[in-house]
Amino acid sequence: MKELTFGTLIAVFEEIFGPTLFWVMVIVAAVITLAYFYVLIRDRAVSWRKFLRAQLSMPFGAVIAVIFVQKMTHSNFSDIGGPIDLIILLGIAVMGAVGAAILVYTFDALFLQKPGKQSE
Amino acid sequence: MSQSFNATRRGFLGFAAGAGALMAAGPGATAAPAPIDTKARIVVLGAGAAGTALANRLSRRLNGATITIIDPRKEHWYQPGFSLIAAGLKPAKYSVSQTGDWLPKDITWIAERAAEIDPDGNKVMTESGKTVPYDFLVLATGLVLNYGAIEGFEMDMIGKNGIGSLYAGPDYAAKTWEAAGRYTEDGGVGIFTRPATEMKCAGAPLKHTFLIDDIARKSGTTKLDINYMAHNKGLFGVPIISEKLRMLFGQREITPHYSHVLKSVDAGKKMATFATENGDAEMPYDYLHIVPPQQAPDVVRNSALTDPGSWGGRGWATVDKHTLRHNFFDNVFAVGDIAGVPKGKTAASAKWQVPVVEEHLIAQIAGTKSDASYNGYTSCPLITRVGRAMLIEFDYNNDLTPSFPGVIAPLEELWISWLMKEVALKATYNAMIRGDA
Repeated sequence: MKELTFGTLIAVFEEIFGPTLFWVMVIVAAVITLAYFYVLIRDRAVSWRKFLRAQLSMPFGAVIAVIFVQKMTHSNFSDIGGPIDLIILLGIAVMGAVGAAILVYTFDALFLQKPGKQSE
Repeated sequence: MSQSFNATRRGFLGFAAGAGALMAAGPGATAAPAPIDTKARIVVLGAGAAGTALANRLSRRLNGATITIIDPRKEHWYQPGFSLIAAGLKPAKYSVSQTGDWLPKDITWIAERAAEIDPDGNKVMTESGKTVPYDFLVLATGLVLNYGAIEGFEMDMIGKNGIGSLYAGPDYAAKTWEAAGRYTEDGGVGIFTRPATEMKCAGAPLKHTFLIDDIARKSGTTKLDINYMAHNKGLFGVPIISEKLRMLFGQREITPHYSHVLKSVDAGKKMATFATENGDAEMPYDYLHIVPPQQAPDVVRNSALTDPGSWGGRGWATVDKHTLRHNFFDNVFAVGDIAGVPKGKTAASAKWQVPVVEEHLIAQIAGTKSDASYNGYTSCPLITRVGRAMLIEFDYNNDLTPSFPGVIAPLEELWISWLMKEVALKATYNAMIRGDA
């Protein structure tokens, strides 16, 4: 377990989620990220109203990410055994929160509020 | 506000670019040494984890060598998965792949059992009578499970009448769960054994004990009487780990019985007989997990490559414990379970042994010397419950050798160690047998 190359890391994630689900998730994440950059460039500014709304989704994203990983690995909150476990758990929650915020922001900007309509 | 966001966005883009660079540089970051031209004939006996990993690495390092691997088994078994299968956490197919899928394309695979080794004549005879001459021989045969040594036991008992044995293979591990799963619901007396011989993954009998106890308790089964039968006065070969296990058993109300070695089983009466210091002891059971005695396959055990006077005649190859080179035949190496070394019958050990054999073999071909040395490194993500494990790593000196000191404590039951076992281990194992890690 000493050499952790990028290739191994990919293999690990394929193992966690299964290759199909993993690559579908990678593609979905990439598409959402691209769409996010697209709306940022299109609008030339960040919309703080949309950002506020996106923030509301963050706790949900955090919880969903944690539950998803636990479900995939036969784990539970009672399995947290030390500081490193807590750090991993929080890391997963943060990733879920940020992912949810980006998703909601992008969705909002693309489909709900066209630029120009909202006040900055 | 907008200014600060721009800064963040720049930072974010920078991060993304960095990640991209890492992605591009990642797999090829370490430059491989130039291959060596040779006409050497190398025979590898066994296409398990160690043999396959070595064949892959040698075929990359050598140009023009004739590499032959001899193994009749069409299926490759990911054995670290057996514990998970036998606890109902993974299906049998989780551990099964095809041997041929892992082997390099430019080698010869003889899908036959090796019948005889002639180290003086530098040749191997296969079961069908083929003679395969070699310049270098690598023993990677693995070991055999000697179920015949347990009186009254038949393979078809596994999965029925409260008998399990997860070592026997992926299908038997799944059958083991059929019996163990019933026990987790019905409760009663559970007896978990281990042999008195050297064995592969000495942690596996303990993992099974912990997992079945955990699953039974979580499903609300009371009336549990779980017993672990140690073959000597310790629970594990490494004293500090043995002590930790003693404490865990205390907390979990698992009763250790020392110096109890399974001798025979009466499946009809559900009675197990143990050889103890005070003669035979009979114990009734509702669930019995059997780990049979283990020894070298006959092809090595009956050859000149082992010393019949050592290892109780179990036939492990007589090699130097640091170089893994044979003590008397300097063109013969042993890697993996077959090596007669005091520790290291695990896939993690194979991962550390393979590069050592590779370096010495290549140095010998090139006419140089290598100082590569195997220090007995063994690792075992010792599962203590579904969701937690202790990542224990140690060497010949019984020293703990944690890979992530200060981050992943070796004697603590952690979720991250469980994640490593359940999700990261198979990926690293696969990378290892491809020769990549």
